[in-house]
Amino acid sequence: MWRHCLLPGLAVWLAAAAPAHAYIAYVSNEKGNTVSVIDTDSWTVTNTIKVGQRPRGIEFTRDGKFVMVAVGDDDTIQMIDTKTHEIADTLPSGPDPELFTQDTTGKILYVANENDNTVTIIDIAKRARLGDIQVGVEPEGMTMSPDDKILINTSETTNMAHFIDTTKREIVANVLVDSRPRFAQFKPDGSELWVSSEIGGTVSIIDPVKHAVTGKIEFSIPGLRREAIQPVGIGITKDGKTAFIALGPANRIAVVDAATHTVTKYLLVGQRVWHMAFTPDEKYLLTTNGVSNDVSVIDVASQKVIKTIQVGELPWGITITPQ
Amino acid sequence: MFRWLAAAIGLALISPFALAAEPVEVNIGYLHHAGIKETLSLIAQPADNDGIAGARLAIEDNNTTGKFLNQHFNLDEVRLKSSDDVVKAAQTLAGHDGFIIADLPADELLKVSDALRDNGTLLLNAGAIDDRLREEDCRANVIHVAPTRSMLADALAQYLVWKQWKRWLLVAGSHDNDKLYADALRRAATRFGAKIVQERTFEDKGGARRTDSGVTLIQRQMPVFTQQAPAYDVLVAADESEVFASYLPYRTWDPRPVAGSAGLMPTSWDAAHDQWGAIQLQNRFVKLNSRRMTALDMQAWTAARMIGEAASRTNSGDPKRLADFIKGPDFSVAAFKGQPLTLRDWNLQLRQPILLADGRMVVSVSPQEGFLHQVSELDTLGVDRPETKCKLH
Repeated sequence: MWRHCLLPGLAVWLAAAAPAHAYIAYVSNEKGNTVSVIDTDSWTVTNTIKVGQRPRGIEFTRDGKFVMVAVGDDDTIQMIDTKTHEIADTLPSGPDPELFTQDTTGKILYVANENDNTVTIIDIAKRARLGDIQVGVEPEGMTMSPDDKILINTSETTNMAHFIDTTKREIVANVLVDSRPRFAQFKPDGSELWVSSEIGGTVSIIDPVKHAVTGKIEFSIPGLRREAIQPVGIGITKDGKTAFIALGPANRIAVVDAATHTVTKYLLVGQRVWHMAFTPDEKYLLTTNGVSNDVSVIDVASQKVIKTIQVGELPWGITITPQ
Repeated sequence: MFRWLAAAIGLALISPFALAAEPVEVNIGYLHHAGIKETLSLIAQPADNDGIAGARLAIEDNNTTGKFLNQHFNLDEVRLKSSDDVVKAAQTLAGHDGFIIADLPADELLKVSDALRDNGTLLLNAGAIDDRLREEDCRANVIHVAPTRSMLADALAQYLVWKQWKRWLLVAGSHDNDKLYADALRRAATRFGAKIVQERTFEDKGGARRTDSGVTLIQRQMPVFTQQAPAYDVLVAADESEVFASYLPYRTWDPRPVAGSAGLMPTSWDAAHDQWGAIQLQNRFVKLNSRRMTALDMQAWTAARMIGEAASRTNSGDPKRLADFIKGPDFSVAAFKGQPLTLRDWNLQLRQPILLADGRMVVSVSPQEGFLHQVSELDTLGVDRPETKCKLH
């Protein structure tokens, strides 16, 4: 928050008097080859940045200075300078990077490269490639355990969550889940790993110590056939109590009691809802809706959709200012 | 034995924490004919390794997964010459393979399935689209990965009806397969509310598909052949024999689109399909085979992946256990079609969305929105449970 007030070059902040709790969201538009910049106070798109081809995975660096965006068809990750909105640099990923994750210090980046069954390890500051880890067919979902010790990668055709020891940089366990695992997310206390299976239509709950599936969240929406329910993005609140799961072409977000793993509500959002991000104060959750080319804003406390913001073509990923 | 041991040691080194302790070998046979079908368009000419190239990629994919589970997959190819005995070849394969992916004509597939009836080998039909193999001639030891003619015709009909192109001029070839395709198209028209305003037959009088000044002649023949038709919206051609359909687009007497065996074609796969993660598969295929992926390649890929999927889900390589799992209610396979593919338990046909492609792009994917079904919208394509003539046991 303060950092952004102090940044001199931000037109947004000069144009509008800055009320408390306004953040900046960056949305990757897969087909538009752009990144839309959203001000979470006015809920408007304040800028559209041209990036490389097929932007998907998108995340802030921990220091908030850059937004990293994987541009798969250009085989690289671009770094957008958050002050100037220019592409300042690139990171040497492998071919067709899609999703990535970083450790808590923000030093090391792990990238899933869909085309060659590898996870690439990158030193962010040095912009240098440190190595590769061989994983299953079509690696996609990436997440880090809260203690930085275990990296999770999911592979879409192998249908596994691979547990990778970050010190040894090798696979220590593999857990089979339902078809086409897309996204992985630890509970904030590290007690559970959640993995969404797009084609299987479920979210697997995995015990990260026993490396075993202990439960599955299933979804059922009256009037919708089962095949249309395709879970992808997952968001869990910091207190670990509530989870939100994007259901793709079902055009809904499932609200889940994270303790009992039961669905409590379905929220209708835009079409083909894919990924999501909380504002740092967790007041709002923003979801990307690919087919309707918009972002839905969910009020987390009341669990209601309060706003829809038109963005670029096929919005895919989203990231919001760290603080 | 020694090779097997070496492989097992190698696997153990790659994945010391594999789920399964016991190494598992899964052997899959691939039975098809040598020789290439002649097509009107040079670019439609199948490659020498059409089909098996897809199976090879699936074996690679299965083995990537397999290294985490201590499972290893092998493919044994038998390429029949015209003089070879297909039953003998199948029996030899069945000696060491629990599964045979078959790209054979309907009659040969039936002979093979009857010969292997008590042997425990599961056949996966990757090539034959004949409905009768899933109906009156269905067999309990054959799973059908290839779509049927009726599924293809229904997929096309749904789109044409959605497009409000409901008046069809049906032109069928004079060979048996062309007639079967025309039957499927007639059935589809009735099911989905299209009207065939007239039917014409294009007689195959022989002649070469390659000539030096063919274009000049065809340009005169096709308008004449299609003139004086009643008012119609779309010409639907049934020409599996590759005699005339590809000559029709841009040459009809009335300016009308062409569909069926040319123009807009229903297919299980197209080299231009890139939705639902398909681009990854297309890229892997091109990298391995230095050419684009065809429908037959995809059908063979899916067949081999079904076996791999069953092996990883059951953590087993036992052919009977895998076959039971594939035929059971918990089986599904992901094949880049946006939804899980499952088996129709009444005739062992794989349910699948059908692409509609024009040779350059995927135009649409059926089932179309609004064609409803009480079980699965995929069952609006092809012969449904209440209509089936199949008795599996």
